[in-house]
Amino acid sequence: MANIIMFGILAVVILGSAVMCVATKRIMRAATFLLFVLFGVAGLYFILDYTFLGAAQLSIYAGGITMMYIFAIQLVNRRTLQGLVEHVKGSRAIGAALVTLAGFLTVTIVLLKNEFLFRACEVADEEVSMNVIGEALVGSEKYQYVLPFEFISVFLLACIIGGIVVARKEKEDK
Amino acid sequence: MVPVECYFVLSALLFFIGVYGFVTRRNLIAMLISIELVLNAVDINFAAFNRLLFPGEFEGFFMTLFSMGVSAAESAVAIAIIINVYRNFHSDQVNSIENMKY
Amino acid sequence: MDYTYSLLILLLPLLSFLVIGLPDFAGNKYAWSHKTAGLIGTCSIGLVTVLSYITAFQYFTAPRLADGTFATLVPYNYTWLPLGNLHFDLGILLDPISVMMLIVISTVSFMVHIYSFGYMHGEKGFQRYYAFLSLFTMSMLGLVLATNIFQMYMFWELVGVSSYLLIGFYYGLHAAVHASKKAFIVTRFADMFFLIGILIFGYYTGSFNFSFTGTEVHIAEGMTAFTTCDASRAAAAGGFILPTALVLMFIGGAGKSAMFPLHIWLPDAMEGPTPVSALIHAATMVVAGVVQIARLFPIWIEYAPQAMEIVVYVGAFTAFYAAAVACAQSDIKRVLAFSTISQIAFMMVALGVCLPGHHGAVLDNHAQLGYMASLFHLFTHAMFKACLFLGAGCIIHAVHSNEMSAMGGLKKYMPITHATFLISCLAIAGIPFFSGFSSKDEIITACFEHSQFIGWWMTGVAAMTAFYMFRLYYGIFWGTENKELHAHHTPHEAPLTMTFPLIFLSIITVGVGVFTTLGGFMDWSWASFGEIVSAAGTAYTVHFAPQVAITSTVIAVISIALATYIYKGEKQPIADKLYKTFPRLHRWAYKRFYMDEVYMFVTHKILFRFVSRPVQWIDEHIINGLIDFSAWGANEAGESLRPWQSGDVRQYAVWFLTGAVALTLVLLSIL
Repeated sequence: MANIIMFGILAVVILGSAVMCVATKRIMRAATFLLFVLFGVAGLYFILDYTFLGAAQLSIYAGGITMMYIFAIQLVNRRTLQGLVEHVKGSRAIGAALVTLAGFLTVTIVLLKNEFLFRACEVADEEVSMNVIGEALVGSEKYQYVLPFEFISVFLLACIIGGIVVARKEKEDK
Repeated sequence: MVPVECYFVLSALLFFIGVYGFVTRRNLIAMLISIELVLNAVDINFAAFNRLLFPGEFEGFFMTLFSMGVSAAESAVAIAIIINVYRNFHSDQVNSIENMKY
Repeated sequence: MDYTYSLLILLLPLLSFLVIGLPDFAGNKYAWSHKTAGLIGTCSIGLVTVLSYITAFQYFTAPRLADGTFATLVPYNYTWLPLGNLHFDLGILLDPISVMMLIVISTVSFMVHIYSFGYMHGEKGFQRYYAFLSLFTMSMLGLVLATNIFQMYMFWELVGVSSYLLIGFYYGLHAAVHASKKAFIVTRFADMFFLIGILIFGYYTGSFNFSFTGTEVHIAEGMTAFTTCDASRAAAAGGFILPTALVLMFIGGAGKSAMFPLHIWLPDAMEGPTPVSALIHAATMVVAGVVQIARLFPIWIEYAPQAMEIVVYVGAFTAFYAAAVACAQSDIKRVLAFSTISQIAFMMVALGVCLPGHHGAVLDNHAQLGYMASLFHLFTHAMFKACLFLGAGCIIHAVHSNEMSAMGGLKKYMPITHATFLISCLAIAGIPFFSGFSSKDEIITACFEHSQFIGWWMTGVAAMTAFYMFRLYYGIFWGTENKELHAHHTPHEAPLTMTFPLIFLSIITVGVGVFTTLGGFMDWSWASFGEIVSAAGTAYTVHFAPQVAITSTVIAVISIALATYIYKGEKQPIADKLYKTFPRLHRWAYKRFYMDEVYMFVTHKILFRFVSRPVQWIDEHIINGLIDFSAWGANEAGESLRPWQSGDVRQYAVWFLTGAVALTLVLLSIL
């Protein structure tokens, strides 16, 4: 029961922040609301007993990515940040809302039509042990993930280099 | 125990809020933020599926983990590009790069 | 007996064509020098000539078969395109006709190559000229060496192409371009019938071969044997099929051999360089039609003897028509061109007058005297007509004009040309001890065997031949000298490269003439052309019928005397009076009886107006319209799709989402 209450609170936080995030006209506020959404999602992971995932969410997303956004906003929008007022065209907003609604309804129909929902099993409220995760992450057996793990590290490295190359200021010619 | 439908509805709502944001916002960074919302919605789905339908296994778990890494990389590169665009066009609005059409 | 080298006869000219032609094609920078290019061409043809003589010697000295004929040999034969039972072969066939033609072609071609050194000296495009000469020689040799009608047809078209290229050699001149187009279109039009004939023949007999059930063919070791054509199958399918096919093929031959009414291209073809006229439009290519009929002769005589009448009357009319026109032309090359048409018509008539043998349809030398005479005339005519053309080339070279008005009195300036020209004129006129006598006399004898009418008709044409040739001769070498022009530019004898071929060819003319004339009267078997080529293949000693020989000689002498009387003097009162008396006749003959105008009328006024215009309209409005419409549609579709690629990412997202939703809904409704 406590879970459900917690889930309700988190759902309200996530959805509310998300709506605010897309609705606000100020870019800095949008970033801040994103942070709340990320916190909420981390909370969901905790409810699911995926504490490691929740911790990763907090540190990578909330700690890393959001910071990056804020830096970028500061860099790019220093001039426009304060006075930035985005004019959302009414017709576009309505169109987007309609498409979004249609998409949502479709997804909901698909979800509710499926039988697997009713196969949901009761699981004990116990944390997934770090041992299992660690072994799976660096093991090379079946259902173990050392290869993607290595891939993601190489990928990150490539992105770091790529990001530097792209963002680097071109040397002024003479 | 939270019913599995709740997670799905929540993630679907979050997903489409992200989509709505992506479609309506004109600022590149705001669009990127919307994409983060969409990604988080998908992550929630992965985790919930894994935990509530296949508790003995970890595919969804790791998918979420890796998708976090990928999205971190993606936003890093995207922000680098945005900074460049800003430098070249002195604007960070989508319209400013619309001359890429045709 | 080894004839493996015979492949070289075809390959050498081809090689020389490529070696001379490719660098020239690549650009001036890479082209050989004039001298090198000429030497390459001349040497390769010289080698071919030597090989041809070796082949001929080896072939004709080999012992005859048991039935008295020469063996028909196939040193090479490859199946090129098998189509079920029918297959297209490529190979080399050696039999008396092809070996005889080898000698004619290689000799004349070699002479022309040597001659061109002098005639084309310093011309722009010298290398191109020699390359095309080699190509032509290769094609013509391939034509006569072909093992089957289809291969013959392929080389036949190649010959047409090289003739086109050489007529249009001076492509800067409007007339040359027109002439080459005319030659190509007219002969191509005739070739269409040839092709149809070939296809009918192939379809019904199951083979394209000349060899006929019953003729023994010796295939060299390791070569594929070809199926002999079963003419009886075609005969069983209907009596008209083989004659139809043969007559259609004859139309093709008539086009190449310039028979009326397809002759119109040949006079215009004189726009090409004169050595080319000598080689192609006098000695070799234009006799392709004669060779074709001679090749298919056994089939003609057995299955279509009645259709031979067509050949006779077309030939007889052409001979007369061309001779009449030749009497009135003033351009010396045109006179020679019409004389060529007339002489080829002689050969055609000679082939046509052959009768089925005494024993039904069996080939018989005596009954088919005309066959031998025709090919003999082909041989002699090639030599003396090439000599005449080359002589004309020397004259044109000297006075820089084709018109007789620019000539006259050249005798003293050009002694060698004069002598050789006179010899050739005597030969073509049919004076004993010159080669033309022996062959023409045989033709007229054969004509008399066919019917009195044709016999006298051809005798009359022979008289006209003597007349116009001597009109030409006196007009060039005697008569009034164009002092004004000659003072400005004194005519001079041509260099040795140009006179040597003349001398060589006239020696052949005289030599063959003396031997065959004596042989004909004395029945020397070794001096008879019938020994090597005859209808049935067995040896046949020519025997002159004295009354025919005397009649034709007397008539020729009278004609020459008449021409001498009219044209020899400085002033020509009789000729002038004749013009005045028959101005219209002269005008008609000069204008070639308005044949070109008739063609123009038929093509422009009738064909173009009532066939081409509607076709053009359909092409422009319907076909073009359809193409335009589809292009317009594609363009419009593109234009309307273009804005979709707006560069607006958010719009893409909306469409993407809409698509995804729609697809999901579709799948949901299906499942």
